[in-house]
Amino acid sequence: MSESQTHPDEDKNLVRVEHLRKYFPVRGGVIQRVVGWVQAVDDVSFTIKDGETLGMVGESGCGKTTVGRTMLRLTEPSGGQIFFSDVDVFSLKGRGLKDMRRNMQIIFQDPYASLDPRLPIGDSIMEGLRIHNIGTPKERYGVVLDMLHKVGLEEYHAHRYPHEFSGGQRQRIGIARALALQPKFIVCDEPVSALDVSIQSQVLNLLKDLQHEFGLTYLFIAHNLSVVEHISDRVAVMYLGKMVELTDREELFRSPLHPYTQALMSAIPIPDPKIKRDRIILKGDVPSPLHPPSGCRFHPRCPVAIEHCSVQEPPFLEVSQGHHAACWRVG
Amino acid sequence: MKEQSSKPLLEVHNLKTYFYTEDGVVKAVDGVDFNVYPGEVLGLVGESGCGKSVTSFSIMRLVTPPGKIIEGEVLFEDQNLLKISEDDMVHIRGNRISMIFQQPQSSLNPVFKAGDQIAEVFEIHEKTNKEKSWSEAVDLLKLVGIPDAPKKASSYPHEMSGGQAQRVMIAMGLALKPKLLIADEPTTALDVTIQAQILDLIRALREKLGTSVILITHDLGVIAEMADRVAVMYAGRVVEQSDVNTLFEKPLHPYTQGLIASIPVLGKVQQRLDVIPGSVPNLVNLPPGCRFAPRCRLREKYNLTICTEIEPELDEIAPDHFSRCWLYVTHGEHTAPLVA
Repeated sequence: MSESQTHPDEDKNLVRVEHLRKYFPVRGGVIQRVVGWVQAVDDVSFTIKDGETLGMVGESGCGKTTVGRTMLRLTEPSGGQIFFSDVDVFSLKGRGLKDMRRNMQIIFQDPYASLDPRLPIGDSIMEGLRIHNIGTPKERYGVVLDMLHKVGLEEYHAHRYPHEFSGGQRQRIGIARALALQPKFIVCDEPVSALDVSIQSQVLNLLKDLQHEFGLTYLFIAHNLSVVEHISDRVAVMYLGKMVELTDREELFRSPLHPYTQALMSAIPIPDPKIKRDRIILKGDVPSPLHPPSGCRFHPRCPVAIEHCSVQEPPFLEVSQGHHAACWRVG
Repeated sequence: MKEQSSKPLLEVHNLKTYFYTEDGVVKAVDGVDFNVYPGEVLGLVGESGCGKSVTSFSIMRLVTPPGKIIEGEVLFEDQNLLKISEDDMVHIRGNRISMIFQQPQSSLNPVFKAGDQIAEVFEIHEKTNKEKSWSEAVDLLKLVGIPDAPKKASSYPHEMSGGQAQRVMIAMGLALKPKLLIADEPTTALDVTIQAQILDLIRALREKLGTSVILITHDLGVIAEMADRVAVMYAGRVVEQSDVNTLFEKPLHPYTQGLIASIPVLGKVQQRLDVIPGSVPNLVNLPPGCRFAPRCRLREKYNLTICTEIEPELDEIAPDHFSRCWLYVTHGEHTAPLVA
């Protein structure tokens, strides 16, 4: 087993995201005119190195899922650019886009909703191979069996339907389906949040093993910071459509810079009753991305905000080697 | 917060609730025992389908067909709640025991204002007039930390965030100062920063009003922060019960041990997570003997055959520390190798 996952190639970026924006129109009135824009993702830039896991964490509505979906062009962007192996993903059409998608797969959150209930799961796993015209039917079936074994399922499972499986098994099927095309890059969109804890650890271990075996690169999206810490090499923190912090896993947990990251970490219940912490409890709710606050979007809830924070948006700067943050009070 | 000498506020004995479905009898709750003492938070923890929610519905007598409470006792203030009339039960619900749920927004009635829904509690239970009820509702909204309470009382559930809706539910639950609050996954649908707010609120109100709480959750982190004592459930049974510190320090049951070891903990990075092999048994077709035996690695390690034949009892292994496991019976006092 290679150590490529723990020591990603420092220089080689597999994915480069530049100034990504995605605004969703809000329609209203009799003729459904556009009355506003939800700024789901607003000017987000980052890179993912070949072979690493970039964790993306944030609360509901922060735009983390939209980032993942836009990268695969499951939603069209409003602006910005994404380069995958130096190819501009947004400029691709037809054949080129199809070839690109072979290398980029996604594992969804809800293993109950993401499989076709009328297809035996073997056919679901095979679907990608058929679409991309890979191999003969017999070879495809061989790949299906191979993938089933890889994720810890058996040959006879191939003929069963999704409703015959438990949540954990269905998530394994989702993983097998994503792997069948031998992609380089997989977006894992909350892959364990619908699972029970004893099953969650099985799936997390499986994802790690597969990464070693196939040299995969992951964008791991989750709201659970403990899970993200466990699996990621670097972690990006999102808040209300903006990336507020990005750094190595160890660095983030040792010295989080952004007040939101600090609050998020202190809010997570630790399964050890002996640890009594001084919690940072944020006031109020996450504002609507339809009307984001002026200046820094976090300022109305920020415990250390100053006047300037409500006036001007802080830039996303490299504060120290490899540690980026967007906050006026940092640096 | 537990006073050892005090009498339990609630005693649940051998509670059994089965669901009679087309596929067979689902033994969702199958002989559950626990006590709740005055002023304490009892954590009820387990994975989906372990029967923790059905237990709470059974205490409130809210189980509907095809479900049926078939056996057991729920003793509360010297009454067996399973024996009293439905009319008497109506006075217990809300008045003496109240409940909050996982999905606050779907637990509120979408066509009534939040204030009206809280005021209704006073109108029904205390026959208070409309105006007074409304002003009490506004006071409660202030108590649970809703900003601008007089105005917010007039808003509808869809105009509120999940956190606010859960605050309204808590206000409603605590309106009549019940002795016992059952909180069924109260923060599972909420974001972590909002969860922190709600847990903080429940903690503060418990101190202020002295209400006992049964906190049902799958999250061991929430248990560690909130509970005084914990009952761990697996496949319709309580498999371990102790105070919270002992549970995390010296878990006895192999299931509890596996559960604690399988969660990633913030700040403690492991290369691999521990895993409980397999998945929970089908509640229609339970394995013979111990329900956890098919997944239990300690059974294999110690080569125990009794586990797959006879089900163990919930025994007191150490003072106030109960476990349902043959290891502690067959090995007598030699429990050391398991704890290590």
